Amino acid sequence: MSNAADTPSLVASNPWSTLKQFTPARIALGLAGSSLPTAPQLEFQLAHARARDAVYHELDTNTLTTTLRRDERLSGWPCVVLHSAAADRLTYLKRPDQGRTLHTASRDALLRLKKNTARTQFDVAFVIVDGLSARAVETQALPVLKNSLERLTHAGFTVAPITIITHGRVAIADEVGELLGAKLVVVMIGERPGLSTPHSMGMYITWDPKRGLTDESRNCISNIHADGLSHSQAEEKLYYLISQAHRRRLSGIDLKDETDIRVIDALAPNKNFLVSESSHDSASAPPEH
Amino acid sequence: MPLYQHTIGTQHYVFKDLKDVMAKATPARSGDDLAGVSADDAEQRVAAQMTLADLPLTTFLNDCVIPYESDEVTRLIIDGHDRDAFQSISHLTVGDFRNWLLSDQANTAALSKMAAGITPEMAAATSKIMRIQDLVTVSKKCSVVTQFRNTIGLPGRLATRLQPNHPTDDPTGIAASIVDGLLYGAGDAVIGVNPASDNVARVTQIVNMLDDIIHEYQIPTQSCVLTHVTSTLMAIEAGARVDLVFQSIAGTEAANRSFGINCQLLTEAREAALSLKRGTVGQHVMYFETGQGSALSAQANQGVDQQTCEARAYAVARQFKPLLVNTVVGFIGPEYLFNGKQIIRAGLEDHFCGKLMGLPMGCDICYTNHAEADQDDMDVLLTLLANAGCHFIMGVPGADDIMLNYQSTSFHDALYARRLLGLKPAPEFEAWLASVGIASSQGPFQLTNQLPTHFAQALRRLT
Repeated sequence: MSNAADTPSLVASNPWSTLKQFTPARIALGLAGSSLPTAPQLEFQLAHARARDAVYHELDTNTLTTTLRRDERLSGWPCVVLHSAAADRLTYLKRPDQGRTLHTASRDALLRLKKNTARTQFDVAFVIVDGLSARAVETQALPVLKNSLERLTHAGFTVAPITIITHGRVAIADEVGELLGAKLVVVMIGERPGLSTPHSMGMYITWDPKRGLTDESRNCISNIHADGLSHSQAEEKLYYLISQAHRRRLSGIDLKDETDIRVIDALAPNKNFLVSESSHDSASAPPEH
Repeated sequence: MPLYQHTIGTQHYVFKDLKDVMAKATPARSGDDLAGVSADDAEQRVAAQMTLADLPLTTFLNDCVIPYESDEVTRLIIDGHDRDAFQSISHLTVGDFRNWLLSDQANTAALSKMAAGITPEMAAATSKIMRIQDLVTVSKKCSVVTQFRNTIGLPGRLATRLQPNHPTDDPTGIAASIVDGLLYGAGDAVIGVNPASDNVARVTQIVNMLDDIIHEYQIPTQSCVLTHVTSTLMAIEAGARVDLVFQSIAGTEAANRSFGINCQLLTEAREAALSLKRGTVGQHVMYFETGQGSALSAQANQGVDQQTCEARAYAVARQFKPLLVNTVVGFIGPEYLFNGKQIIRAGLEDHFCGKLMGLPMGCDICYTNHAEADQDDMDVLLTLLANAGCHFIMGVPGADDIMLNYQSTSFHDALYARRLLGLKPAPEFEAWLASVGIASSQGPFQLTNQLPTHFAQALRRLT
């Protein structure tokens, strides 16, 4: 973050600014008296302005469907654009109940689509929802989806037509999954925009989707964006949760994400610069080796 | 069933039941509109407030907003009610309870003595007929002191939770934010990480990392990784050095079920943390978070307004003797608290109800980017809460939580409040800040902006 607007004699910089390289967090901002100097203050205002704009950005469903249809690995994969009962962004913000419900015309369209497909049941259904950041799904959804579809179909899972929903919330996928006859539904949704990450996507996995489920029935993979969880990491976690949910026939708090367990030795010493090597023998630490 | 009604001139107002009059008396907010429980118009709201004001406090012991038979939170409230503590106010109406709270008779000692006699519904009803200045005035007189490795809640103190979140739980990234916070004087309430993953091995790793840091720098504070209570229990079994057990709680049994918890599970978790005997000056081992709207968002409000649901969550918290209770007021979004005005009032209501019931209340003064709020609104709430004697606020680098994607208070914000009102950190932590050279040892709380030797050594390890 540039401090160009701040004159050194008026603003105290922090002698630990070298730490900025290790986190996108707004650390070592310096002091004007006890307060925030002008430059970081205005940087913050700019970020907030961008996040506000992201909330009101409308999902570009045309580009999304065109890209899906043109993709050589996915060509011919059926997809359909649907809408929630919330007519616009402001209604969407104030009425989550409407965002959780399909618009009547969309429900009919989905039922028609279902009627025209050969299968009565699918192992997995993907639902792409704008949520609070349409740009997040515009940029993050398809790369994860493509890899996931490839791996799932290769492993023998049947996957339903893809649905794209505007002004939707997570739970709208319960209705979609139920209508499609999906054993499990994956929602890809724009998370609430943060100042540093206005385009972050989350994924929710729900076994046996039906209307009226709440959060304890779901597993979540969050923070999928350029500086967070990568597309391949997200796909890895997603495949693990989908296959575990199918194996155990459940999702939610009884299904823990243990994908990292192979690489994390929980009781191994934590290497970080704040702790000197010798301190790992401290009295409160459990025995190692 | 008692009749809830009031006449203004020729207009006769009748309310269906206790929860109806409570909901309609609530100052306007989007969540109650969403739930369909709010007043039809402004006059009906005041009529409901007048109805409430005339109700004897004993009403809330005889009529429940959610039936005793079907809700364990109601049973906790009724069965756990302390009649001796209630005795001195048992003859008052809600309206006169407000008068009494504002009077000089209601001093700190008197308020402490009757805290266990106040049910959530009594506190909520009273708050609904109070203005912001009333909420501040009464909260300021309440005293609640809790301890683990330091002492939280003493007069003239304002603590901070150091919240060093990182989008991928990267240990170096978390450590960088911890350094920033400590050197800005933050972290006495707790060093508390919201992990991006609920993976038990990852949680265990962060817990132990925080303990290593607290141990290495001899910091008189406590750590917490804010993951589901079942994950913390598994981490404890796996040998994690857990100081505080965290859990989000709500005010109805159904909402708590949607969180995957009940009172039995919280009892087990508290016992597991107590068995580790890690507190040095006290054994308050629980850290709870709440927030208006959580019951409704789980479709589990059962016709009760969101502020009353919130106060009922404090009955759950009170049962488990927490070190910290944090109302995360603006996190839930504009469908529950639409704008700065609604967030500000809700934060002060929550702080008041919690303090009155004897809880160590802090507030995550915050908003999301889809709410009609900004930094100016947070400054107003911060200034009011600091005046009201709020126990602790969050300390997030630059007020921007890069993991949870919302804005809270910054280390700078805490410095502002401390300087404006002459507030200091928890005494043990204050002494530590002075001893390592982060803050001056004399006069008002002031940073030195120097890099203490021990931290300078740590930074040299990076090169």
